[in-house]
Amino acid sequence: MNSPPPARLQGAAWLGAGPLFAGLDLDLPVGWTCLIGPSGSGKSTVLRLLAGLPTGARFEGTITAPDRIAYMAQADLLLPRLTAMQNVELGQRLRGLKPDRARATSLLARTGLAGLERRRPAALSGGQRQRVALARALMEDAPLVLLDEPFSALDSANRQRMQDLAVTALAGRRVLLVTHDPLEAIRLGKRICLLAAGRFMELEALPGRIPHGAQEAGFGRIYETVMARLMEAE
Amino acid sequence: MRAAAPILLLVALWQAVVSLTGAPAFILPPPLMVLQAARDNAGLLASSAAVTGGEVVAGLILGGLFGCGVAVAMVLAPSLGRLLRPILLLSQAIPVFALAPVLTLWLGYGMVPKIVVTVMIVFFPLASVFHDGLMATPEGLLDLGRLARAGRWREFRRIRLPSALPSLGAGLTVAAVYAPIGAVTGEWVGASQGLGYVMLMANARTHADLMFAALIVLVALTLVLYAATRWIDRRLKS
Repeated sequence: MNSPPPARLQGAAWLGAGPLFAGLDLDLPVGWTCLIGPSGSGKSTVLRLLAGLPTGARFEGTITAPDRIAYMAQADLLLPRLTAMQNVELGQRLRGLKPDRARATSLLARTGLAGLERRRPAALSGGQRQRVALARALMEDAPLVLLDEPFSALDSANRQRMQDLAVTALAGRRVLLVTHDPLEAIRLGKRICLLAAGRFMELEALPGRIPHGAQEAGFGRIYETVMARLMEAE
Repeated sequence: MRAAAPILLLVALWQAVVSLTGAPAFILPPPLMVLQAARDNAGLLASSAAVTGGEVVAGLILGGLFGCGVAVAMVLAPSLGRLLRPILLLSQAIPVFALAPVLTLWLGYGMVPKIVVTVMIVFFPLASVFHDGLMATPEGLLDLGRLARAGRWREFRRIRLPSALPSLGAGLTVAAVYAPIGAVTGEWVGASQGLGYVMLMANARTHADLMFAALIVLVALTLVLYAATRWIDRRLKS
């Protein structure tokens, strides 16, 4: 498989008169990069800049990102009047393309939603709705996947299931996961970056295949380090 | 059927006021007398209701199309929206009651000026509620459109419009309640038929019973319209 096109953000951002971050250089490798930081540190701004979405911050620097980007937010962002299937097909419709129903069906089956294609979001559980959102993101078949806390509204069992599903489904792509949860970052990050008080730094991550288990050697030590950095920063 | 209890209560209250004050029939006719007048003038009331109803429905449809059209145009062409907003607001500052005689002068005694007054009354609440609905789309959903580089039209068609349908329903309901006021205002100024005309004539001849009968028919007409738009409203919300 060819390496997907590069995704990189370099520069500084200001929110009003105050600096949000400076000297940031985030070059996303293939695999999962987790960006953690306290609320308001600008981690969502980083993700939205890469996505080309409006941020409210002023940014100076360079953004390198592929044309096709898949995106998941904390809210499922499903249209309430469309069925699960139609929500998965929304991206293609927004591009003015004829939706690929066979592909949408298989992605819904892959995210564990076979048989629920014709349900509207209101008739699905929170976990199921987030699965529809994942299927919609997969439908984009994008080389860059931007995840803005997509698992944080789920209960712990569902969160872990969704994480594992996303890891399998998104293999071979550049993934940026913004999260405030250090455990999630350690579990999923090939790289862990911290954005706090305007400073950007890379922290140690566990080596090897993700998702990592809590029993893996070094998990506890890395958790302590990440927590210490987070608490310093606040 | 749920409406029966409040209506009965109002009628009882009405009868009580008549009985207690001993008001003469030309000032406040008792309910039975109004019912009698309605029966005696059933033909006149029915044909008048058909005229007024026709004006109201025509005004609602035209005003609805016009209002929705302007709201959509303002969303698809923001520069047009900035131009139109103050003009729309200004148009609301002109009391329709003051304009109705001029419209009659311009457009004659037929149905046209009544429909125009109704359109003017219906247009603004509908356009402004629908426009607000189209502009209140959750940012997260608009992000989906931006990521897909959907462009203004597809963003409108796929995201803004479906999200704004409930507000369209709400606007229609409000418009339906106001529309009869427009038609009757038009008739009041100059007409040869319609419920407003009947009311005016009955009033001039101190036939308060017929006046009230016409008023009740108008209320019934409004309630039917309201029920119809509520049905549309529920459709738009589901």
